[in-house]
Amino acid sequence: MDIIINGRTIEFSVDPRTSLLDLLRDHLGLTGSKKGCNQGACGACTVLVDGERINSCLALAVQYQGRKITTVEGLARNGDLHSLQRAFIEHDGFQCGYCTPGQLCSAVAMVDEWERGLPSVVTQELAAQGIALDRDEIRERMSGNLCRCGAYNGIVEAITATFENLP
Amino acid sequence: MSALKDTAKSAMQTAVRLTPDKWLPGATSDPLMHKHGLLGAPVSRVDGALKVQGKARFAAEVAMEGLAYAGLVHSTIARGRIAAIDTGAAEAAPGVGLVMTYKNAPRMKAPALFGTSPSAAGASSLPIMQDASIHWNGQTVAVVLAETQEQADYAASLIEIRYEVEPAVTSFEMAKGRARRPESILGEPAELEIGDAKAGLAGAATVVDHIYRTPRYNHNAIELHAATIVWEGDQLIIHDASQLVNATASTVAGVFGLKDHQVRVISPYVGGGFGGKCLWDHQILGAAAAKLAGRPVRIVLSRESVFRLVGGRTTTEQRVALGANADGTLAALIHTGVAAMTTHNACPEQFTFPARHLYAAQNIHVAQEVADLDMLANTFMRAPGESVGTFALESAMDELAEALKIDPIELRRRIEPEKDPTSGTRFSSRNIVEAYARGAEHFGWSRRNPVPRSQRDGEWLIGMGCATATYPYYRFPGATARITLNADGQAIVAMASHEMGMGTATTQAQAAAERLALPLENVSFEYGDTALPPGTVAGGSSQTASIGAAVIAAFEELVPALLQLAGNDSPLAGLKASEVEARDGGLGKIDDPQSHESYASILSRAGRKEVVAEAKAPMPLEMQKYSMHSYAAQFCEVRVNAVTGEARVSRFLGSFDCGRILNSKTAASQFKGGIIMGLGLALTEETLFDERSGRIMNPSLAEYHVPVHLDVPAIDIIWTDIPDPHSPMGARGIGEIGITGVGAAVANAIYNATGKRIRELPITLDKLL
Ligand code: FES
Ligand code: FES
Repeated sequence: MDIIINGRTIEFSVDPRTSLLDLLRDHLGLTGSKKGCNQGACGACTVLVDGERINSCLALAVQYQGRKITTVEGLARNGDLHSLQRAFIEHDGFQCGYCTPGQLCSAVAMVDEWERGLPSVVTQELAAQGIALDRDEIRERMSGNLCRCGAYNGIVEAITATFENLP
Repeated sequence: MSALKDTAKSAMQTAVRLTPDKWLPGATSDPLMHKHGLLGAPVSRVDGALKVQGKARFAAEVAMEGLAYAGLVHSTIARGRIAAIDTGAAEAAPGVGLVMTYKNAPRMKAPALFGTSPSAAGASSLPIMQDASIHWNGQTVAVVLAETQEQADYAASLIEIRYEVEPAVTSFEMAKGRARRPESILGEPAELEIGDAKAGLAGAATVVDHIYRTPRYNHNAIELHAATIVWEGDQLIIHDASQLVNATASTVAGVFGLKDHQVRVISPYVGGGFGGKCLWDHQILGAAAAKLAGRPVRIVLSRESVFRLVGGRTTTEQRVALGANADGTLAALIHTGVAAMTTHNACPEQFTFPARHLYAAQNIHVAQEVADLDMLANTFMRAPGESVGTFALESAMDELAEALKIDPIELRRRIEPEKDPTSGTRFSSRNIVEAYARGAEHFGWSRRNPVPRSQRDGEWLIGMGCATATYPYYRFPGATARITLNADGQAIVAMASHEMGMGTATTQAQAAAERLALPLENVSFEYGDTALPPGTVAGGSSQTASIGAAVIAAFEELVPALLQLAGNDSPLAGLKASEVEARDGGLGKIDDPQSHESYASILSRAGRKEVVAEAKAPMPLEMQKYSMHSYAAQFCEVRVNAVTGEARVSRFLGSFDCGRILNSKTAASQFKGGIIMGLGLALTEETLFDERSGRIMNPSLAEYHVPVHLDVPAIDIIWTDIPDPHSPMGARGIGEIGITGVGAAVANAIYNATGKRIRELPITLDKLL
């Protein structure tokens, strides 16, 4: 079987019980994606599948044959940090850094969802042309990513600073 | 601690108190506390780039050849014996290399209990997997090693166990009936009385007297507890997630009958600690299994296993009784109560500590008891004692203010003590009144209507509350720092200390750069490895001061060594260490800008590649001479839905008085992190303990509710930045104070919003309907 991870095609063969997260961490040595609960409750394992965010601990690796996966290791381009990664450093969007890869991947896909016009539970005007990506929208849309260090303010500021100039 | 040791300690304290300042080690204030270059600057974390790229390697991520993965089986009874255990199917399962139970585990000594010596780290003194007995519901009864985690977990599920159940005490109510007074509460007397508090209360004009209850809580750092463990001959190497590497190494050495230097603990990154990343059974079980199997082991606890094997904050029941005179001063302050504990640990949850130091009262009585249960050892969790103690005390203060019809900030101003109310010592630095005044102004406290339920926005009732936060200053003995200065003008400061997200590596590099007068990029801080000079525990908000004092000591060795190397051809020739200061990348004569030589020049002329100075910090006598505490005034605004009872925190401000702030960026984050954990303590978190079976019922992040993004408003942080003249760098601890006072600030705001006084945490919506 093969899978495309951060642009590279990788062949693998694992026990069918292996989660996508364990494939990455234990079999491929891509330990950037983190395990905080292994049951879909914390978001530390968030990766992008064809651009959409999923909890990789709840995904069986064998279901992702041929799919394009982006992990935190794939966010930087040619050694340059993604602007969101730089903003996380600047706005202190982490302390221990353990939830951080999940927060970053989640935020990238979250902004994409918002750009596509997907509403959230706090969106007031569902029919509106554009939804403002304000503090409450960001907080609601990022609530699947827990941070026990409590870096939430910094994370929201980093996301805002990175994406506020989007249309 | 025995009564005899208590007496010796108090005699020592008296002696230290009478000693003139100039005789104490570190007698003069650290000159760094007045510098305003790097110190206090909002420097971004030095490990930031690694962390945002997922390149920081945590304990479960250390690559190793031939690793076996561990799966665990937990007991399902609280007390009794394993009558029969069938491991046959597990042993035959694919990939399994070892099944370890009490029958084949190596013989190991019980871990030395934390607090019994400076190097003891055991969270419990129970022997681990040495016999058939069961002491708590969740104890590990088998460890399976297999080629993959999936195989190990599956095989573990095949193990069959029959128990002989014995009666267990799993009800706090029942245990309270047999509560005992411990010999001491972390070295402080369990009971203390000044005057006659009962009589004072009886004669007081206004009295509030209530019981407050707080539940169990778990740290729930997002990183799961994990260790990657390998034996190299008779050397044991543990890649751990640890906030006390030295004590872990030495305690594990004791368990396996090794010398301390035969165990190395490495822990450069810790994915959150909060008191939970200490020595528990899993590191020892992992090492035992690695020894039996003859191969390296990775043991990663599942989230459920974290709840079953790593204790949390215990439950408390507290009485606070306040008696006030007509002018608002206190005739009596009583804070007593009981916490659940076990007979095999030493964590009494010191909830009476705040009442010992915060307020002037004519009569004071504090007393704590513990009630022994058959449960997992409870442990230290961010501000153990102070977090839940301030909930009770500061809720009571709010109740008294209301009864007296005085503003709660004004009440606290009237009972501000001149000196420590129970020890009688002077405060080293205390500016809580100022912190309140500034906080009130920034928060808009004057807009608060003291009449409950008077502000409304549609369905939402709005209220404001405040509370005092406090946490002691600790500096632990034994810290040793090494400074290596090389001919390129680069310095490495090293000590086996810890970075769990507090910003240690960044802040210590800043402080060392300032101390050595080097640019920040020339200085790095090495930590997290017992191969380095010994550090102290990252606990009690003590680490910054503990490292700082050792670095000062090493610097005091470094200067004379440099002067000696400088010799007679240097502009510094003939000068004594007391006549020079670090300046512009070298040493210079104090008050003489001309006489200066750079480190690089001194070393190259002496033909040296580097100079190394290593020294141990002096004993922390300042803690005995002065009453030293961090303080804050916490302000909260809540909105409570009148229909559903849902409470949302809409604004929060913390106004801190913690001495000098060393890095304004990371400090603000740490304060916020504490406050956010306090919001969880106040509103959403609770470890549910089945009082019939002794089993934790919500061992998952789905059912234990830590605050999420949407629960957390933008939090404002301000501070006095007044240096403490008696601490290294003028700084006091900032890691734990943030969580203190938050429970009461939220409860007081909810009272102001709704008129409902909730004295039992967490304040869930059912309590507000
Ligand atoms: S590890 Fe996947 S959600 Fe927690
Ligand atoms: S930074 Fe530690 S959990 Fe988020």
